[in-house]
Amino acid sequence: MEGFWTRMLLRLWVALILAFLFTPIVLIFVYAFNTSNIQSWPIPGFTTKWFASTWDDPDVRRALTLSLQAGLTATGLALVLGSCAAFAIHRMTWFGREVVSLLFVLPLALPGIVTGIALNAFFSFGGISLSVWTIVVGHTTFCIVVVYNNVLARLRRTQGSLIEAAMDLGANGFQVFRDITLPLISTSIVAGAMLAFALSFDEVIVTTFTAGAQNTLPLWIFGAIRLGQRLPEVNVVVSFVILVTIIPVLIAARLTGGGGTGRVPAAR
Amino acid sequence: MSPKMGAEDPLKVPSPGPLDKPEKPALRLRSVSKNYGSVVAVAGVDLLVNEGEFFTLLGPSGSGKTTLLRLIAGFERPDAGRIELGGRDITSVPPHLRDTNTVFQDYALFPHMSVADNIGYGLRVKGVSRQAREKRVQRALAMVRLAGLGHRRPNQLSGGQRQRVALARAVVNEPEVLLLDEPLGALDLKLRQEMQIELKQIQQRVGITFVYVTHDQEEALTMSDRLAVMANGQIEQIGSPVEVYERPATEFVAGFIGISNVLLRNGVRFVVRPEKIQMVAEGEHAPAGMTVENGQVVEVIYVGMSSRYVVRLDRGEQLVAVRQNMDAVGDARKFEGRPVRLAWTPDDTYVLDNGR
Repeated sequence: MEGFWTRMLLRLWVALILAFLFTPIVLIFVYAFNTSNIQSWPIPGFTTKWFASTWDDPDVRRALTLSLQAGLTATGLALVLGSCAAFAIHRMTWFGREVVSLLFVLPLALPGIVTGIALNAFFSFGGISLSVWTIVVGHTTFCIVVVYNNVLARLRRTQGSLIEAAMDLGANGFQVFRDITLPLISTSIVAGAMLAFALSFDEVIVTTFTAGAQNTLPLWIFGAIRLGQRLPEVNVVVSFVILVTIIPVLIAARLTGGGGTGRVPAAR
Repeated sequence: MSPKMGAEDPLKVPSPGPLDKPEKPALRLRSVSKNYGSVVAVAGVDLLVNEGEFFTLLGPSGSGKTTLLRLIAGFERPDAGRIELGGRDITSVPPHLRDTNTVFQDYALFPHMSVADNIGYGLRVKGVSRQAREKRVQRALAMVRLAGLGHRRPNQLSGGQRQRVALARAVVNEPEVLLLDEPLGALDLKLRQEMQIELKQIQQRVGITFVYVTHDQEEALTMSDRLAVMANGQIEQIGSPVEVYERPATEFVAGFIGISNVLLRNGVRFVVRPEKIQMVAEGEHAPAGMTVENGQVVEVIYVGMSSRYVVRLDRGEQLVAVRQNMDAVGDARKFEGRPVRLAWTPDDTYVLDNGR
């Protein structure tokens, strides 16, 4: 057993690392309640006035609407495409399966800037003007991946004999899907959707290349920080984005049994 | 040296129970074959299972017995041959339309459904009304001695209880043929033996034809009305437990069921079962009319009720003799490492078909 001091030092070390990771995030939350619009420590007083002014800011509202539109649509598309792809790959016994599987996962592994530039070039090549739909397409490329990964992992962990047992008991294809397959993979689909939405909601790089004149919330934040304007509102919006991103991730982790079935969105 | 050959075989009679009735085939396989790529899983199997019979497919892993069961259930399509259920050709009927039900090796209970919903699922998809269903589910639960546990989830049950749920879920549909794929494989020995008896009793009570797959020869002998011994995708022998044990058709059967004591004398290969061999110590007389071979005990294996004596014969082969442990310590002292004579009645030997 290690000595008292060793243990104390280890604890201190862990505390320092945690502080390093989370102090900036906590600071943002604190500044969101800052009475002064100048960020200095300690904050002179506590207020919630920035929340009201942020909520009333038409730019923020537009950005929020766009983020929600893009996130929900991309998630919806990813749900359909990702789970269909997972089913197909799971069933397939073809030798090229691993290659196809890799191609599905690649958009998440590719640097966002590559996806972004590629899509941007493709849209201008095709004469497609940038809009909410081009954002949706950009986000769907990586949202598919998390849904696909989650559903495929669940399908692989599900006993194959359950499907056979249901058929054996007289269930036709539709009944097997409705009564057995869908209930068994439903939490993985929900978890995939949550992660996909979280990914989309805080995405910056691909969005930069696929958005036209409109801003999503992260793009609005980015612009505001660059111009050094409305910093208290930025803190409010960032706090909001953090919450909207973290909560689905936590729920998803619970739904999939805490095991690392989903990719951590922060990897992007 | 005259091993018994052919003639009237007194063992041909004793299949008990269902065979007294006029025989009606529940299941018939005609030259059924199945390959996986270049691997032959089932090679031209002909089989006839009678109504109400407890029929076992016995064989080592890779012998094709599970594939054969999956072909009957409809999970696999045969490459050649015909499968008939109750006189009807079902070769190309999908599994959900076949009047067979399966008890899976891993039970395959639906984890998201209660025990009662699991058992009632087959009735539900067939459109049986809720009330009728509940009644039959309760009866099935009682049959497998799980009354009152219907509301539980499968993961709240022990291995033996899950096994029973799997059985109830299949039996409740009253299929023409019930297929069981090593259903006791995951249970410990004690529970296994209890379940063997229980399964057999349930089968007799419900009167459904059972086709039972196992690699456990003792299980096959204990439970079956008839069994088929399989090797390399083919059936080596079909018969009652007594026939197959006492009169193995091939050396493979002799070796797979029980201990194989195969000897070659005067150009004839024959089997003598270990429990038929008498061991005579030096200086004692062998009973008259018995075949006698000299040898030496090389090993004594104590197995509780009895001991196995491995004897190297002077003519080279090794035989195993079994002796009841009336006096295990005395016997071991008397025989271990000593020269002995082995004696058996020619009637207790059985000639193997040549050419294998």
